[in-house]
Amino acid sequence: MEIGLNHYLVLSTILFSIGLIGVMKRKNLLLLFFATEILLNSVNIAFAAISHYYGDLTGQMFAFFVIAIAASEVAVGLGLLIVWHKRHNSIDLDTMSTMKG
Amino acid sequence: MFEAIAFYLFAFLTTLMFFITVTTSQALHALTALAAGMIFISAFFFILGADFLGAIQIVVYSGAVMALYAFGMMFFDTTREVKEKQGNKYVIAGLSIIAAVLVVVIFAAPMVTDNITALYPMTEGVGNTQDVGMVLFTKYLVPFEVAAIMLLVAMIAGIVLAGKSMDESLTLSDEVDTQETEDKRILS
Repeated sequence: MEIGLNHYLVLSTILFSIGLIGVMKRKNLLLLFFATEILLNSVNIAFAAISHYYGDLTGQMFAFFVIAIAASEVAVGLGLLIVWHKRHNSIDLDTMSTMKG
Repeated sequence: MFEAIAFYLFAFLTTLMFFITVTTSQALHALTALAAGMIFISAFFFILGADFLGAIQIVVYSGAVMALYAFGMMFFDTTREVKEKQGNKYVIAGLSIIAAVLVVVIFAAPMVTDNITALYPMTEGVGNTQDVGMVLFTKYLVPFEVAAIMLLVAMIAGIVLAGKSMDESLTLSDEVDTQETEDKRILS
Protein backbone atom coordinates (compact mmCIF):
# COMPACT_ATOMS: atom_id res chain seq x y z
CA MET A 1 0.00 0.00 0.00
CA GLU A 2 1.90 2.93 -1.32
CA ILE A 3 0.93 6.48 -0.42
CA GLY A 4 1.14 8.59 -3.56
CA LEU A 5 0.69 12.21 -4.48
CA ASN A 6 -3.02 11.67 -5.11
CA HIS A 7 -3.61 10.68 -1.49
CA TYR A 8 -2.19 13.97 -0.30
CA LEU A 9 -4.11 15.98 -2.89
CA VAL A 10 -7.37 14.29 -1.87
CA LEU A 11 -6.64 15.04 1.79
CA SER A 12 -5.88 18.63 0.84
CA THR A 13 -9.21 18.83 -0.99
CA ILE A 14 -11.13 17.47 2.02
CA LEU A 15 -9.49 19.93 4.41
CA PHE A 16 -10.00 22.81 1.97
CA SER A 17 -13.71 22.05 1.66
CA ILE A 18 -14.02 21.84 5.46
CA GLY A 19 -12.41 25.28 5.68
CA LEU A 20 -14.72 26.68 2.99
CA ILE A 21 -17.77 25.29 4.78
CA GLY A 22 -16.51 27.08 7.88
CA VAL A 23 -16.05 30.35 5.99
CA MET A 24 -19.58 30.23 4.60
CA LYS A 25 -21.22 28.98 7.79
CA ARG A 26 -19.68 31.16 10.48
CA LYS A 27 -21.02 34.52 11.58
CA ASN A 28 -18.53 35.17 14.36
CA LEU A 29 -15.44 36.86 12.90
CA LEU A 30 -12.99 35.09 15.22
CA LEU A 31 -14.22 31.69 14.08
CA LEU A 32 -14.08 32.96 10.51
CA PHE A 33 -10.36 33.54 11.05
CA PHE A 34 -10.01 29.95 12.27
CA ALA A 35 -11.59 28.72 9.03
CA THR A 36 -9.11 30.85 7.05
CA GLU A 37 -6.24 29.16 8.87
CA ILE A 38 -7.62 25.78 7.83
CA LEU A 39 -7.66 26.91 4.18
CA LEU A 40 -4.03 28.05 4.33
CA ASN A 41 -2.92 24.83 6.02
CA SER A 42 -4.61 22.57 3.50
CA VAL A 43 -2.82 24.36 0.68
CA ASN A 44 0.45 23.97 2.58
CA ILE A 45 -0.04 20.18 2.62
CA ALA A 46 -0.50 20.19 -1.17
CA PHE A 47 2.66 22.29 -1.60
CA ALA A 48 4.76 20.00 0.62
CA ALA A 49 3.46 16.84 -1.09
CA ILE A 50 4.16 18.15 -4.59
CA SER A 51 7.60 19.27 -3.44
CA HIS A 52 8.33 15.77 -2.13
CA TYR A 53 7.07 13.77 -5.09
CA TYR A 54 8.80 15.93 -7.70
CA GLY A 55 12.05 16.37 -5.78
CA ASP A 56 11.72 20.13 -6.03
CA LEU A 57 12.19 22.58 -3.19
CA THR A 58 10.01 25.33 -4.66
CA GLY A 59 6.88 23.94 -3.02
CA GLN A 60 8.45 24.12 0.42
CA MET A 61 9.59 27.68 -0.25
CA PHE A 62 6.05 28.70 -1.11
CA ALA A 63 4.78 26.97 2.02
CA PHE A 64 7.20 29.10 4.08
CA PHE A 65 5.89 32.29 2.51
CA VAL A 66 2.30 31.15 3.04
CA ILE A 67 3.08 30.65 6.74
CA ALA A 68 4.66 34.12 6.94
CA ILE A 69 1.61 35.69 5.29
CA ALA A 70 -0.72 33.78 7.62
CA ALA A 71 1.17 35.03 10.68
CA SER A 72 1.02 38.69 9.59
CA GLU A 73 -2.63 38.32 8.59
CA VAL A 74 -3.47 37.08 12.08
CA ALA A 75 -1.60 39.96 13.72
CA VAL A 76 -3.32 42.68 11.69
CA GLY A 77 -6.71 40.96 11.68
CA LEU A 78 -6.83 40.46 15.43
CA GLY A 79 -5.79 44.09 15.96
CA LEU A 80 -8.65 45.28 13.76
CA LEU A 81 -11.02 42.88 15.49
CA ILE A 82 -10.08 44.24 18.92
CA VAL A 83 -10.66 47.83 17.74
CA TRP A 84 -14.06 46.84 16.31
CA HIS A 85 -15.01 45.04 19.50
CA LYS A 86 -14.09 48.08 21.60
CA ARG A 87 -16.33 50.37 19.53
CA HIS A 88 -19.32 48.12 18.85
CA ASN A 89 -19.08 45.44 21.55
CA SER A 90 -19.73 42.70 19.04
CA ILE A 91 -17.77 40.77 16.42
CA ASP A 92 -20.71 39.44 14.44
CA LEU A 93 -20.56 39.86 10.70
CA ASP A 94 -24.17 41.11 10.57
CA THR A 95 -23.30 44.22 12.58
CA MET A 96 -20.80 45.28 9.90
CA SER A 97 -23.37 46.49 7.39
CA THR A 98 -22.87 50.24 7.58
CA MET A 99 -22.04 50.37 3.88
CA LYS A 100 -25.25 48.47 2.98
CA GLY A 101 -23.32 46.17 0.69
CA MET B 1 3.50 0.17 5.41
CA PHE B 2 4.45 2.40 8.32
CA GLU B 3 4.04 5.44 6.10
CA ALA B 4 0.54 4.33 5.08
CA ILE B 5 -0.55 3.76 8.68
CA ALA B 6 0.84 7.14 9.72
CA PHE B 7 -0.80 8.88 6.77
CA TYR B 8 -4.26 7.45 7.39
CA LEU B 9 -4.06 7.99 11.16
CA PHE B 10 -3.04 11.63 10.85
CA ALA B 11 -5.44 12.23 7.96
CA PHE B 12 -8.32 11.00 10.12
CA LEU B 13 -7.20 13.01 13.15
CA THR B 14 -6.66 16.23 11.17
CA THR B 15 -10.01 15.96 9.43
CA LEU B 16 -11.76 15.27 12.73
CA MET B 17 -10.07 18.21 14.47
CA PHE B 18 -10.85 20.67 11.68
CA PHE B 19 -14.41 19.38 11.48
CA ILE B 20 -14.79 20.12 15.20
CA THR B 21 -13.31 23.58 14.59
CA VAL B 22 -15.91 24.55 12.02
CA THR B 23 -18.93 22.91 13.66
CA THR B 24 -18.62 23.55 17.41
CA SER B 25 -20.54 26.39 19.00
CA GLN B 26 -17.95 27.00 21.73
CA ALA B 27 -15.11 29.32 20.72
CA LEU B 28 -12.69 27.69 23.19
CA HIS B 29 -13.35 24.22 21.77
CA ALA B 30 -12.71 25.59 18.28
CA LEU B 31 -9.40 27.11 19.40
CA THR B 32 -8.21 23.90 21.05
CA ALA B 33 -9.23 21.72 18.12
CA LEU B 34 -7.51 24.08 15.68
CA ALA B 35 -4.27 23.95 17.70
CA ALA B 36 -4.39 20.15 17.72
CA GLY B 37 -5.06 20.06 13.98
CA MET B 38 -2.05 22.30 13.33
CA ILE B 39 0.22 19.89 15.20
CA PHE B 40 -1.21 16.92 13.32
CA ILE B 41 -0.56 18.71 10.03
CA SER B 42 3.11 19.06 10.94
CA ALA B 43 3.19 15.23 11.04
CA PHE B 44 2.48 15.20 7.28
CA PHE B 45 5.45 17.48 6.72
CA PHE B 46 7.68 15.12 8.68
CA ILE B 47 6.37 12.13 6.70
CA LEU B 48 7.08 14.01 3.46
CA GLY B 49 10.67 14.69 4.48
CA ALA B 50 10.17 18.44 4.91
CA ASP B 51 11.58 18.49 8.44
CA PHE B 52 12.24 22.22 8.59
CA LEU B 53 8.73 23.03 7.37
CA GLY B 54 7.26 20.77 10.07
CA ALA B 55 9.29 22.48 12.78
CA ILE B 56 8.24 25.90 11.45
CA GLN B 57 4.62 24.75 11.41
CA ILE B 58 4.75 23.78 15.09
CA VAL B 59 6.64 26.92 16.15
CA VAL B 60 4.67 29.47 14.13
CA TYR B 61 1.15 28.03 14.15
CA SER B 62 0.90 26.15 17.41
CA GLY B 63 3.20 28.57 19.19
CA ALA B 64 2.77 32.07 17.85
CA VAL B 65 -0.58 32.12 16.04
CA MET B 66 -2.45 30.09 18.66
CA ALA B 67 -0.98 32.20 21.49
CA LEU B 68 -2.08 35.32 19.59
CA TYR B 69 -5.60 33.92 19.23
CA ALA B 70 -5.68 32.94 22.90
CA PHE B 71 -4.67 36.48 23.91
CA GLY B 72 -7.14 37.95 21.45
CA MET B 73 -9.94 35.85 22.87
CA MET B 74 -9.44 37.48 26.25
CA PHE B 75 -10.88 40.66 24.73
CA PHE B 76 -14.00 38.97 23.42
CA ASP B 77 -16.94 37.37 25.14
CA THR B 78 -16.07 33.76 24.36
CA THR B 79 -18.19 31.96 26.93
CA ARG B 80 -21.36 32.85 25.05
CA GLU B 81 -22.62 30.37 22.48
CA VAL B 82 -21.76 31.38 18.94
CA LYS B 83 -24.70 32.17 16.73
CA GLU B 84 -24.71 30.48 13.34
CA LYS B 85 -25.71 31.80 10.00
CA GLN B 86 -29.00 30.31 8.87
CA GLY B 87 -28.49 29.10 5.34
CA ASN B 88 -29.09 26.14 3.10
CA LYS B 89 -26.66 23.47 4.23
CA TYR B 90 -26.60 21.62 0.92
CA VAL B 91 -25.82 24.77 -1.03
CA ILE B 92 -22.96 25.57 1.34
CA ALA B 93 -21.50 22.05 1.19
CA GLY B 94 -21.90 21.83 -2.59
CA LEU B 95 -20.25 25.18 -3.24
CA SER B 96 -17.37 24.30 -0.89
CA ILE B 97 -16.68 20.97 -2.54
CA ILE B 98 -16.83 22.46 -6.04
CA ALA B 99 -14.40 25.21 -5.04
CA ALA B 100 -12.04 22.72 -3.39
CA VAL B 101 -12.02 20.44 -6.45
CA LEU B 102 -11.28 23.50 -8.58
CA VAL B 103 -8.26 24.28 -6.41
CA VAL B 104 -6.93 20.75 -6.82
CA VAL B 105 -7.47 20.93 -10.59
CA ILE B 106 -5.50 24.17 -10.63
CA PHE B 107 -2.69 22.40 -8.80
CA ALA B 108 -2.84 19.20 -10.81
CA ALA B 109 -3.40 20.55 -14.34
CA PRO B 110 0.21 21.62 -15.04
CA MET B 111 1.51 18.29 -13.75
CA VAL B 112 -0.77 16.20 -15.93
CA THR B 113 -0.25 18.08 -19.17
CA ASP B 114 3.52 18.14 -19.46
CA ASN B 115 6.49 16.59 -17.77
CA ILE B 116 7.76 19.21 -15.40
CA THR B 117 11.36 19.16 -14.31
CA ALA B 118 12.53 20.28 -10.90
CA LEU B 119 13.54 23.92 -10.90
CA TYR B 120 15.55 23.64 -7.70
CA PRO B 121 16.17 19.92 -7.21
CA MET B 122 16.98 18.54 -3.80
CA THR B 123 20.71 18.14 -3.29
CA GLU B 124 21.98 14.67 -2.44
CA GLY B 125 23.82 14.14 0.80
CA VAL B 126 22.59 17.20 2.69
CA GLY B 127 19.76 17.45 5.16
CA ASN B 128 16.48 19.16 4.48
CA THR B 129 17.29 22.19 6.64
CA GLN B 130 20.62 22.81 4.89
CA ASP B 131 18.98 22.35 1.51
CA VAL B 132 16.20 24.80 2.36
CA GLY B 133 18.75 27.31 3.59
CA MET B 134 20.79 27.08 0.39
CA VAL B 135 17.77 27.71 -1.84
CA LEU B 136 16.14 30.29 0.43
CA PHE B 137 19.22 32.48 0.72
CA THR B 138 20.21 32.34 -2.93
CA LYS B 139 17.20 32.06 -5.23
CA TYR B 140 14.53 33.36 -2.86
CA LEU B 141 16.52 36.05 -1.05
CA VAL B 142 14.43 39.00 -2.26
CA PRO B 143 11.05 37.41 -1.39
CA PHE B 144 12.54 36.47 1.99
CA GLU B 145 13.46 40.10 2.70
CA VAL B 146 10.06 41.31 1.49
CA ALA B 147 8.40 38.80 3.83
CA ALA B 148 10.56 40.15 6.67
CA ILE B 149 9.39 43.72 5.95
CA MET B 150 5.80 42.48 5.75
CA LEU B 151 6.11 40.85 9.18
CA LEU B 152 7.57 44.08 10.58
CA VAL B 153 4.64 46.06 9.16
CA ALA B 154 2.22 43.53 10.64
CA MET B 155 3.91 43.79 14.04
CA ILE B 156 3.69 47.60 14.06
CA ALA B 157 0.07 47.39 12.90
CA GLY B 158 -0.78 44.96 15.68
CA ILE B 159 0.84 47.19 18.31
CA VAL B 160 -0.86 50.35 17.02
CA LEU B 161 -4.29 48.76 16.68
CA ALA B 162 -4.42 46.80 19.91
CA GLY B 163 -2.35 49.08 22.13
CA LYS B 164 -3.99 51.37 24.65
CA SER B 165 -4.62 54.89 23.25
CA MET B 166 -2.24 54.27 20.40
CA ASP B 167 -4.63 55.87 17.93
CA GLU B 168 -3.67 59.32 19.28
CA SER B 169 -0.60 60.84 17.72
CA LEU B 170 2.11 61.65 20.23
CA THR B 171 3.76 64.34 18.12
CA LEU B 172 0.56 66.15 17.08
CA SER B 173 -1.20 66.12 20.44
CA ASP B 174 -1.14 68.88 23.04
CA GLU B 175 0.66 66.67 25.49
CA VAL B 176 3.10 69.42 26.53
CA ASP B 177 0.32 71.93 27.21
CA THR B 178 -1.66 69.53 29.33
CA GLN B 179 1.50 68.64 31.21
CA GLU B 180 2.17 72.33 31.92
CA THR B 181 -1.38 73.03 33.05
CA GLU B 182 -1.18 69.97 35.25
CA ASP B 183 2.01 71.32 36.82
CA LYS B 184 0.40 74.71 37.39
CA ARG B 185 -2.62 73.11 38.96
CA ILE B 186 -0.44 71.12 41.31
CA LEU B 187 1.66 74.16 42.21
CA SER B 188 -1.28 76.47 42.84
